[in-house]
Amino acid sequence: MTQLQGIAASSGIAIAKVYRLEAPDLSFDKKDIEQPEQEVKRLHEALETSKTELEKIKEHTRKSLGDEHAEIFSAHLLVLSDPELIHPIEDKIKSENVNAEAALSETANMFIDMFKSMDNEYMRERAADINDVTKRVMAHLLGVTFPDPALINEEVVIVADDLTPSDTAQLNKQFVKGFTTDIGGRTSHSAIMARSLEIPAVVGTKNITSQAGKDTMIIVDGMNGDVILNPSEEQMTEYKQKQEDFEKQKQEWAKLKDEATVTSEGDHVELVANIGTPDDVEGVLNNGGEGVGLYRTEFLYMGKSQLPTEEEQYDAYSSVLKQMGDKPVVVRTLDIGGDKELDYLDLPEEMNPFLGYRAIRLCLERDDIFRVQLRALLRASVHGNLKIMFPMIATLEEFRQAKAILEEERTNLKEEGNNISENIEVGMMVEIPATAVIARQFAKEVDFFSIGTNDLIQYTMAADRMNERVSYLYQPYNPAILNLVNNVIEAAHAEGKWAGMCGEMAGDEIAIPLLLGLGLDEFSMSATSILPARTQIRDLSKKEWTSYKDEILSMGTTEEVVAFVKEKTQVK
Amino acid sequence: MVEKTFKITSSDGVHARPATVLVQNAGKYESDINLHYKEKSVNLKSIMGIMSLGIPADAEVKITAEGSDEQEAIDHLETTMKNEGLGE
Repeated sequence: MTQLQGIAASSGIAIAKVYRLEAPDLSFDKKDIEQPEQEVKRLHEALETSKTELEKIKEHTRKSLGDEHAEIFSAHLLVLSDPELIHPIEDKIKSENVNAEAALSETANMFIDMFKSMDNEYMRERAADINDVTKRVMAHLLGVTFPDPALINEEVVIVADDLTPSDTAQLNKQFVKGFTTDIGGRTSHSAIMARSLEIPAVVGTKNITSQAGKDTMIIVDGMNGDVILNPSEEQMTEYKQKQEDFEKQKQEWAKLKDEATVTSEGDHVELVANIGTPDDVEGVLNNGGEGVGLYRTEFLYMGKSQLPTEEEQYDAYSSVLKQMGDKPVVVRTLDIGGDKELDYLDLPEEMNPFLGYRAIRLCLERDDIFRVQLRALLRASVHGNLKIMFPMIATLEEFRQAKAILEEERTNLKEEGNNISENIEVGMMVEIPATAVIARQFAKEVDFFSIGTNDLIQYTMAADRMNERVSYLYQPYNPAILNLVNNVIEAAHAEGKWAGMCGEMAGDEIAIPLLLGLGLDEFSMSATSILPARTQIRDLSKKEWTSYKDEILSMGTTEEVVAFVKEKTQVK
Repeated sequence: MVEKTFKITSSDGVHARPATVLVQNAGKYESDINLHYKEKSVNLKSIMGIMSLGIPADAEVKITAEGSDEQEAIDHLETTMKNEGLGE
């Protein structure tokens, strides 16, 4: 038995034999040739065969995954008939008298290097496309078989260094039970495809290919990222059970996808999702999310060499709003600084980044950056149900200042002739204990609160959540936290406003009954937690949990709270 | 030879999907068709050529066509630019 840990990329359990998807040996010798015409002909034959194959793959993809996923192969096909690629190869064969393999490889590499060096992530990814396509042509020139996962006809788990788009598109769900790779992350192409196909996958195991022999038994646990080779009898039984449970569970959850989130007595609470990019919206809708409770806009700013433009941001926000229709979308304005740095802003290093220059503090000083984002948001507001919230507010003045800038931009945009929604709620994150303590005063001026528990807990307990030695102080159920949360909810309700929560805690099994009892209106969590949470809430009584409120809030320790919740939920 | 100038209105500039359609449509004509951006000029029948330019939003580009079907080609490409929301 060998066990490896990777990144859980697509949930579910796969148990089957290993199928090694190996890149064929494409090494070749550069040769001088005597009949260039013959070489050019060989090149064209290889191109034609590759095109025919790609057409088939495209068709297969279109049927199994839809037009959008098939689109990438239209681009691949165009590369194969691109005169700017083909002519230089032909010229090289004729002028340098080299074989087609050498001419293809040298020309393709030149393009790949050119795209790789471009100052644009999209272009850099195109380098991978050109690589993918020219490899296929090379295989045909060399007469080696290009791996064809479409030919698999028994149940397998694919093991590979990485899966290319064309590999993933050819996977037949009937036989391919899952896959695992050496490289890749949750947002790599293969991982995204695995989730669309709904097959379990674990990526980034680093060295599965060096350990998994052909035909060995393998278990891929797409929930927690475990990969087990040659499992024992007990493990087989355990995972088969887990697999069965997961399937049953999924069917149960799926029934609730279009249902409202109600308690056993019919009280409604809102279950919404946290997202980072417009691509995440699909997952929110597939999991029955009733809205977006936290759109982290940092990703628009990260991994680039300059600030995103107003247009870039407008497109991203509009895309999310349009996809969500009339469902609410709460956008958090830029929360950068602290542990999230932007190289191009060149911020000085700080002793205590979490207590330093970040989020709204940075935005109020660098209002040139802030205004661009607010303008993009305001313009996008006509496309859906937008709500804006400011992160890391500590004082009322900060909230007032941020809101004033927002209103200024609203006026500017209107004068420029833009349409802007008149119903944008403006709220704030409650992460700093100071705001939870005087939530009543804030509640008069905000439209809503969203409690960011990850930071609220670390600030309340004065414990750095990155420091393992004090990690025991990260206590979501500590009565101190619950009292602050209660304070915020009560303050909101007293002013007829609503209170949500967008930290890990909102999707937590132990926390959900507690929060329900405290009267939380909106729970924002990762999309895949929504259906399990909806299932849990259906069995809870809000009346019952409200009746425990005073008792829980007067408890002294986290242990007492947890024991209480466990006891009450087990009785049922 | 015929030519036409466009302003790129798509906020992403000339990105993959419309570029694909543009190249596919250009490929249907006999004429030599080129796209000019700044000092550079590329074959509009080449997907890699177009993408290598990395044309941003608000850029001014010129399309030229020369050959037996130049007028049809440029008309078709103008429609394509508009239909794909690329430029006008």
